[in-house]
Amino acid sequence: MLTFSDFLKQHYERNPAQVSVFILHGGRPDRPVTYRELMFGAMGYVRTYQKNGIQPGEVVILILQHGIDLLYAYFGAILCGAIPSIMPFLTEKLLPERYHTDLAALVNVTKPTAIVTYPEFEPDVHAVVKPGEDSIKAVIVSNQVDNPSEPDFAVFGGLQRKPEDIVLLQHSSGTTGLQKGVALSHQAVINQLKDYSEVIKMQPDDVFVSWLPLYHDMGLIACWLMPILLGRPLVIMSPFEWIRAPYRLLQAVSRYKGTLSWLPNFAFNFCAQKIRERDLEGVDLSSWRAISNCSEPMRWDSLQAFYERFKKQGLHQEALVTCYAMAENVFAVTQGGMNGPVDYEDIDRDSLQIEKVAGPAMLNKPYVRMLGAGKPIPNTTVRILDARGHPLPDRAVGEVVLKSDCMLTGYYHRQDATEKAITNGWYLTGDFGYLVDGELYITGRKKDLIIVSGKNIFPQDLEQLAYEVPGIHAGRASAFGVFNDITGTEDVVLVAEVETSDIIERQKITEDVRTSITRGSAVALRYVHLVDTHWLVKTSSGKTARSANREKFLNEMQAKGQKF
Amino acid sequence: MSQEILNQLSQYIGCELLKQPDRVIQPDEALLSSGMIDSFHLVDLGLFIEEKFGIRIDDFELSASTFDTLNQLVALIESRR
Repeated sequence: MLTFSDFLKQHYERNPAQVSVFILHGGRPDRPVTYRELMFGAMGYVRTYQKNGIQPGEVVILILQHGIDLLYAYFGAILCGAIPSIMPFLTEKLLPERYHTDLAALVNVTKPTAIVTYPEFEPDVHAVVKPGEDSIKAVIVSNQVDNPSEPDFAVFGGLQRKPEDIVLLQHSSGTTGLQKGVALSHQAVINQLKDYSEVIKMQPDDVFVSWLPLYHDMGLIACWLMPILLGRPLVIMSPFEWIRAPYRLLQAVSRYKGTLSWLPNFAFNFCAQKIRERDLEGVDLSSWRAISNCSEPMRWDSLQAFYERFKKQGLHQEALVTCYAMAENVFAVTQGGMNGPVDYEDIDRDSLQIEKVAGPAMLNKPYVRMLGAGKPIPNTTVRILDARGHPLPDRAVGEVVLKSDCMLTGYYHRQDATEKAITNGWYLTGDFGYLVDGELYITGRKKDLIIVSGKNIFPQDLEQLAYEVPGIHAGRASAFGVFNDITGTEDVVLVAEVETSDIIERQKITEDVRTSITRGSAVALRYVHLVDTHWLVKTSSGKTARSANREKFLNEMQAKGQKF
Repeated sequence: MSQEILNQLSQYIGCELLKQPDRVIQPDEALLSSGMIDSFHLVDLGLFIEEKFGIRIDDFELSASTFDTLNQLVALIESRR
């Protein structure tokens, strides 16, 4: 199996009647899609792509929600030899103009030759595309695609792709993320699928159940490519539907005897808190064998809360496992809890934060409960480096770097970003952590990245939006995340300097900042803190200005005894 | 009756969802399409309405197409009582 198309061809030839995906939509019957149907539907897209002159190696942007169109469009692109990239879908709160700006930025850097979307969204795409000026050859509308038809392997450019060729691009959302696409090769993804399926002990009766977004590595790799290419059923629902009714995930696991799922930390808290007993009637979770906590900082409390809430429904404690992953390694870097309970340890907080050493918790002193992320998957090596790039011993905190057989080819058309991120073949993750006998613990982030509900948010994107508000000057705002114990994820805080001390004016500015950021990024700000001029820390030794501002903000809140 | 429902909703949304107890929400202000109420809060809103007013809102009804303002939400609640 050298390329994705080889996997698909084999399933079509050997097990065409096997259901590959069950698509769940609220209010409609579940829709099973066999490998035969998948290939027939993908063939329709292959014909459409080729009629529009899309060549192997060209990028196709998919602006589609979870559903049959996305399934056919994605694998149609693969079979063509084109490079699919799923764009985060416009939510009802994002200002169309902002979405247009983000899409334009993506088109400008990535230079795709086709965009596929729904008829309702076609005008928005045309508002961005400049025929003759940019790279776009075609805007393809989902209801104007060739009908499903028998696959013609002779025309599949995908079968001529080489293992080292790029197979897909993966982006974080937002202006910054959309200009930094992670380019992955067939070989890298196939290596990850092989190594990772071994680590999670994939079995013939495994069933994947997921609501995860597909523009993010966890959803795309673990809960889309892995089951579909490796031949296990995938039960999939939209994140928009899950968030309104989190019980849907558990009901689906029960109905389909789901065995594997991946969830960001906040989802454990969210499910534990927001699911009514009534919605769990008849739900049996005993089939669930590995629920991997992944994509944002993991908390032991979150796993515990989830277990306590659902053990009555047959949930096994051993099913709660951990994972540290990133698109730059295709997906998983480490996996924990597969050969015994997940590791956790209580660490003295001052030792960790001040001396940067994970020393044991001491009597009557504050401590932090660290949850282990597990050991590296086969063919992935992890090291901890100090600020000068030298390896550190166990328990010393430093930057996590990795080397593997499933690394990114680079950031697409971003030589600058690629060179900054890879040194001597090692990828610099920008995360801080420590090792103990091969077990990795993540302690924090070097980058100023904010992660909310498993989603990466670049603070500069939020600050730019704040600068558009009258009363806030460019450079005079700072955005950062603060962990919230109840939700199990970060709250987003923005501090901005203003000249006025008038309460009414400040209230208006606060409202405007919230609106600007929500409408411009779909991020909900937890707290807007307006301060006098000269409050913001500009430069600071050893840490970024944002983390210094964060510290200052937290100290002020604590001093005032203020919760926010 | 509906003024009372309106006030209770406004207070719940301001205090519990937005964490802004002083926030006054206008009866015709866009709640969902503006992003004021985040998708993570929809489940909470549904639970509150069920517990407080005894009426069930299905999860696919928790969208701007079913109600987007306090006025519309009050009308929905009253129609089901």
